[in-house]
Amino acid sequence: MTTTASLPLMQGLLLAGLLFGLGLIGLLVRRNIIFVLMAVEIMLNAAGLAFVVAGARWGQADGQVMFLFVLALAAAEVSVGLALVLRFYREFNQLDADAACRMWG
Amino acid sequence: MAALRTAWHSRETGGVEMEALFYIAALVGVAATGMVITRHNAVHALLYLIVSLLAVALIFFLLGAPFVAALEVMIYAGAIMVLFLFVVMMLNQGPSTVEQERRWLQPGMWTGPSILAVILLGELVYLFGSGTVQDIHAIVPVDPKQVSLVLLGPYLIGVELASMLLLPGLIGAYHLGRRLTKAEAST
Repeated sequence: MTTTASLPLMQGLLLAGLLFGLGLIGLLVRRNIIFVLMAVEIMLNAAGLAFVVAGARWGQADGQVMFLFVLALAAAEVSVGLALVLRFYREFNQLDADAACRMWG
Repeated sequence: MAALRTAWHSRETGGVEMEALFYIAALVGVAATGMVITRHNAVHALLYLIVSLLAVALIFFLLGAPFVAALEVMIYAGAIMVLFLFVVMMLNQGPSTVEQERRWLQPGMWTGPSILAVILLGELVYLFGSGTVQDIHAIVPVDPKQVSLVLLGPYLIGVELASMLLLPGLIGAYHLGRRLTKAEAST
């Protein structure tokens, strides 16, 4: 019974860490700005998973509430990020993040 | 005594079933996420990302958080991914669009996401079909009522902060995405 109760915590946190690491690798490796945004989404989702796992471990609703806030944050972030992508593409005619390595003020 | 042993045995298999379902969903999620960060094509990566989010939603359900699982499917896999898809499709305007669509929509590119999604669907059908949902929840499920009581009680300030975040998000997206006039574009 103890193994059943402790299963979601450890393995869930491991899964969250794994997904977060994959997102981080994607963020560092990819140069296409859309893939960078997707990697950020993966990392936010992994953080939300960690919250829900911890909330399920203690049987409290607080973890799910924090996931709702992460969800709202992700929605706001992705809307502004995608507007930036549109602007970026209009400006540079490509999606390589390195194209914007200089600012003109 | 025999009945007790049978009940305990069923509880034990419930735990094992939950472990197996959890591990399958976790493997599907990690595999899909790995495919997301290695695809060259944005639309293919989006398909795998949707499968990854669905796998995480199934894990939420297994963890006794059905409300959050539904929100994950609706908002993440639904709304946010559609937003991504809109932008990916909007960026590729021009005479080469048709050719690009043809290259993107090759038959066979959908098999990978489909296989992973069918695995998740099989798990879901098994969960509801076997009627062991209560057994599987060895941990206490937290239903939507509890979540909303906590959300609109102690965390009310967080809801207000989220609304204050979403409004600048809306205005910022509108400001950044608008078409420039000629005078602004020339500067």
